[in-house]
Amino acid sequence: MKIRSQVGMVLNLDKCIGCHTCSITCKNVWTSREGMEYAWFNNVETKPGIGYPKEWENQDKWNGGWVRNRDGSINPKIGGKFRVLANIFANPDLPEIDDYYEPFDFDYQHLHTAPLGKHQPTARPRSLISGKRMEKIEWGPNWEEILGTEFKKRSVDRNFDNIQKEIYGEFENTFMMYLPRLCEHCLNPTCAAACPSGAIYKREEDGIVLIDQEKCRGWRMCVSGCPYKKIYFNWKSGKSEKCIFCYPRIEAGQPTICSETCVGRIRYLGVLLYDADRIHEVASTESEQDLYKKQLEIFLDPHDPAVIAQARKDGVPDSVIEAAQQSPVYKLAVDWQLALPLHPEYRTLPMVWYVPPLSPIQSAVDAGHVGMNGIIPDVDSLRIPVKYLANLLTAGDEAPVLLALKRLLAMRAYKRAQIVEGFDDQQILEEVGLTTLQVEDMYRYLAIANYEDRYVIPTAHREEAMSEAFAERGGCGFSFGNGCSTGESDINLFGTKKTTRRDVIQTVQMWEE
Amino acid sequence: MDINTILFGVYPYLALLVCVVGCWARYDREQYSWKAGSSQILRTRGMRLASNAFHVGILFVLAGHLVGLLTPEFIYHHVISTPNKQLLAMVSGGLFGALCFVGLTMLIVRRFTDPRVRASSSFSDLLVLVLLYIQLILGLSTIYASSQHMDGSVMVMLANWAQSIVILQPMEAAASIAPVSLVYKLHVFLGMTLFLIFPFTRLVHIISGLAAPVKYLLRNYQIVRRKRA
Repeated sequence: MKIRSQVGMVLNLDKCIGCHTCSITCKNVWTSREGMEYAWFNNVETKPGIGYPKEWENQDKWNGGWVRNRDGSINPKIGGKFRVLANIFANPDLPEIDDYYEPFDFDYQHLHTAPLGKHQPTARPRSLISGKRMEKIEWGPNWEEILGTEFKKRSVDRNFDNIQKEIYGEFENTFMMYLPRLCEHCLNPTCAAACPSGAIYKREEDGIVLIDQEKCRGWRMCVSGCPYKKIYFNWKSGKSEKCIFCYPRIEAGQPTICSETCVGRIRYLGVLLYDADRIHEVASTESEQDLYKKQLEIFLDPHDPAVIAQARKDGVPDSVIEAAQQSPVYKLAVDWQLALPLHPEYRTLPMVWYVPPLSPIQSAVDAGHVGMNGIIPDVDSLRIPVKYLANLLTAGDEAPVLLALKRLLAMRAYKRAQIVEGFDDQQILEEVGLTTLQVEDMYRYLAIANYEDRYVIPTAHREEAMSEAFAERGGCGFSFGNGCSTGESDINLFGTKKTTRRDVIQTVQMWEE
Repeated sequence: MDINTILFGVYPYLALLVCVVGCWARYDREQYSWKAGSSQILRTRGMRLASNAFHVGILFVLAGHLVGLLTPEFIYHHVISTPNKQLLAMVSGGLFGALCFVGLTMLIVRRFTDPRVRASSSFSDLLVLVLLYIQLILGLSTIYASSQHMDGSVMVMLANWAQSIVILQPMEAAASIAPVSLVYKLHVFLGMTLFLIFPFTRLVHIISGLAAPVKYLLRNYQIVRRKRA
């Protein structure tokens, strides 16, 4: 057993209102740079839909994630090492920028400079790549917002597999949910496996997966390897970039920007201890539907004295073990089994998990449209088909999704009985296998969701990472490569530009003929 | 010192020195700039044919130059005679050169005419492609020049030049290459120039492209870094 710790995330989709605050704050902090205009480390998609980039879940098309071979071994779906190298000149599995969207800006200045005319002047879009006029914006990180575009196109969504989807195109039967997406910081990342340069690594202390920008040579295999399409090729710098899980904040014990600014309080951050020696075994589980259960097995009980002893032996600091014991992620994912992984069938062992949404169930119940199963509304009549959620979260196995939904409903029913009717309804809890203590905790974490409960992040032990503190004295802090100096002259010998200079294509123009 | 000595005795050392020191400095100081510079994401169309044809072609041609020029006569005579070696070089170089020509032509058209690729190209991206194109055309036209003398004598003179450069005999090198015709000399001169500009362009990715596979094939799928000192 080799114990490592990871800061994982849970998103409670039941409470996501699709406001995109997470996306915007992330964008402002991390990707408002040239070459990354099209990249969203965090984006919120409306489901059902094909998403961003187009059809990212269709691995028959993009070949992301891992495949299990007949002999029980696994290798990236884009191919083993030789095939990855053979495709290095032209990657056949690389999305084009149009699959994301062509980045654009608007000719705002035209509003000031347009000559007097009969009509209001407009600010028309202009490509940030070529600088040319764009007649039409074709796609974006949330093009299908609140079921935009016609059902026929949206229904290509792979989560509709094995579902009679036609009826969901009818107005009365339509359903939707939001899916905020970011890098999964997988236990078994395919991006890292696909990198010929070995530039992508997982941090031992917190499991954050990062790309070494100095070592990356821009072979762009990681973009294809990642089944979530959460690695973005910076077309200006020629290097790949990805969500960094706000590691400077995590190290300081603060939540990521997307979590910090989430107005719906849907995000949870907490430590999970896992057995690194079992990664390969778990990822190569034979049946795709068993992957979720097997991944639960890899997480270790932070209260178990044997686990604590082994963790100390493997160099996990006590502060991290303590954080693991109070981890909201452990509670939601392992203890209560409310949170489920996103597409476990990709065999990446993702570490950003989702509590399935109940959908607008309560209003439907009030209107008498939903059948009741005793006191709890009948889950099978939820607007969002359970099979759809199962395809999204458990490789098609409906049982874990049903359990999570039933537990959420049971919590509501129990608290309603307790508070409104003053009645302690143990029968509901027995039906879903929860104790009073657990359900009170669930209520505290899901309904109240205090800041301190949602984010339990141990600060990094920076002092241990230094060989000598004295040598760090007078250091230059954050800088781009090359020590503190970026040179004196404007022209760099090797064609790089100063990090303080921005080369965005000028979209300012006087007017157009 | 005559012009021949300067161009083929001194210039090669200047070019190689700049290449080595330049790469060293760039690797040490500016690794962030060290990259393949792929523009595939901006326009995928035609890249599979163009880029593969170009890279396969040019890698074979480069390997051919390396082996052909630097293998001493007394070694390869165990395997092949001089005239036959010239014929082999002309045929195989011609085939892969043609493959490279097809790919490079497509890549040049793409880089200069596609608005997206053009707008995101630096001057050095354009320069490298044009220089490689001229070099390739010069190289292919030496096939015609060589067909005028199938005895391998010119090939031997060029190989002597290269080998003398390697064993640090500049005067001998310049003397060996002096009698060959202009097209070869232009090809050699431009080749040295490519070494000269190598560290300042995207050409540096060749080194990574040759080194990365070795490391990649040997390493584990997952790399874990520990912050602790």
